[in-house]
Amino acid sequence: MRSKCIGLILLSGLVIFSAACGGPGESEQHRSVTVKGSDTMVILAQSWAENYMKEHPGLTVQVTGGGSGVGIAALINGGTDICEASRPMKDSEKQQAKSRRGNEVKEIPVALDGLAIYVGESNPIQSFTEPQLKGIYTGKITNWKEVGGKDARIVTYGRDNSSGTYQFFKEHVLNNEDFAREVQTLPGTGAIVNAVSKDPSSIGYGGIAYASGIRVVSVRRDDKSDAVMPSLATVKSGQYALSRNLFFYTIGEPAGDVKAFIDWVLGPEGQKLCETVGYYPIAQK
Amino acid sequence: MRNSGILPYRPEVAARSFPVFRGMVSDKMAAFVIKGSAFLAIASLILIFIFIGKEALPMFTSSEVQQEAGLSKLFLPQPAHPGEAAQFTWQPISETPKYSLLPLLAGTLKVTIIAVLIAIPLAVAAALYTSEFAPSWARETIKPCIEMLAGIPSVVVGFFCLMVIASWLQTAFGLTFRLNALTAGIGLSLAVIPIVYTVSEDAFSSVPQAFREGSVAMGATSWQTASRVVLPAAMPGVLASCILGFGRAIGETMIVLMASGNAAVLSWSPAESVRTFSATIAAELGELVQGSPHYHVLFFIGAFLFILTFVINLAGRWWVGKLQKKLQGAA
Repeated sequence: MRSKCIGLILLSGLVIFSAACGGPGESEQHRSVTVKGSDTMVILAQSWAENYMKEHPGLTVQVTGGGSGVGIAALINGGTDICEASRPMKDSEKQQAKSRRGNEVKEIPVALDGLAIYVGESNPIQSFTEPQLKGIYTGKITNWKEVGGKDARIVTYGRDNSSGTYQFFKEHVLNNEDFAREVQTLPGTGAIVNAVSKDPSSIGYGGIAYASGIRVVSVRRDDKSDAVMPSLATVKSGQYALSRNLFFYTIGEPAGDVKAFIDWVLGPEGQKLCETVGYYPIAQK
Repeated sequence: MRNSGILPYRPEVAARSFPVFRGMVSDKMAAFVIKGSAFLAIASLILIFIFIGKEALPMFTSSEVQQEAGLSKLFLPQPAHPGEAAQFTWQPISETPKYSLLPLLAGTLKVTIIAVLIAIPLAVAAALYTSEFAPSWARETIKPCIEMLAGIPSVVVGFFCLMVIASWLQTAFGLTFRLNALTAGIGLSLAVIPIVYTVSEDAFSSVPQAFREGSVAMGATSWQTASRVVLPAAMPGVLASCILGFGRAIGETMIVLMASGNAAVLSWSPAESVRTFSATIAAELGELVQGSPHYHVLFFIGAFLFILTFVINLAGRWWVGKLQKKLQGAA
């Protein structure tokens, strides 16, 4: 009886194990384009890839994240066709790529990204400067008094550290310094908007499309510059401080399947998907 | 088999009169299937543990992982930047990643204890009421209602906490942080109450009626009967319910993810935001590079959580068994 039981455990274990391991192991010969890099852009690139593959059966577009740095390294080493990056490639990296791969790197802006700062509707604050935002989120400014508000503790909301928005904010506003430990992180921009709308002494950040029940505050680069509200126009013109280009990089002029994919991304269908995912389309040439 | 109550069952007679062979095969098949599904549960448990353990193992074997997130870094304070004072910080995405588990451990325990402190007295009292005092119409209403609580998805409970309970608490106590350990603990208690209630209600109802009758015959009031006879007699079951409730509270993810604020602050104040183990795994595992130190640390946390609940369950069972023996010995 006992040996039967043990046999059964092993058998059922085996069944699960083989089911878990038996993935598709076949390697078919067909055309593919690989895209690698920025985690911020993974969702965007994936939706491009899915829609493009629907229209072009027989071609696989493989998207992997890892970070802009990982993508750039892969491009230099020849590990990917397209590198996606949420920051411009440095000159040293371009040089490296040229000496390794024997061709100039081609930079193609594919989308725009902007970030809005939210406060509660009853909060009197009109604008923040970038240094103020940095102080608030690194924990050096903890009271609204210090930025021209009433005497109350600032409650800071942010995103989970797996989020591209977290990365963007950390890179662009905090200059890569650490967030304060008191920053509360919520799963999703929707949750941040809800929390900020209920709490008059709080601040949060996220996409512009979410602004209901809260107030989007304009941002100034420093004390002297103008306050700018985020919008398609100010993000496009680069006036709004918390915006950036998202890039594709290739070695040399793209050709063949890679060129077709990039052209489609820059075309009306690809650019429309930017807005669906929460980014802005790039200016049409 | 129909006659087995009247006549002794004689297989050789049965074999002659019924097409037994087919019956025996299907009997065996059914037994096999039932047994198989029982062992499937054990097998999947073991396999889950093996999987988590395998992913957590590089914490001890890989030098690359140990350099960034060795055990000393998980449990000892680390300076945020070279030269600064050492602190317990959970900041895995940083130029110098910091993986201190202490704020997470404190947060997990804080929320769990708050939830259990709220849920157990309420649920046990409600169970005692419905099994000992309530008229049958009240029992018929209360029992399904509490059990229905368990059917509410935890996302919904979490959202309710985020939107409603957090605001109530903030206005009631004038809290600085809307989302804090108390908010999450109250939300979590909503998930724990049905478990504790159902199991302890069963324990109360299975106390033999003779105990109650004896107590009443001795002149005890119904409150004295409930508190001094039924409650002690049902104690092993009530304890088991508390252990189950604790296990649920420590592993629940969605409610704390939404209602606790997830700031990894090391403090014992219930009014501060907390970050729990389970919420950390849920929030951070999504877009991690597989095989990175951060990835292995999260699996290490998972294994830790698994072992923690396992040990608590084991200790609880041992305690319940001891109590049961004592009660039986006394009786």
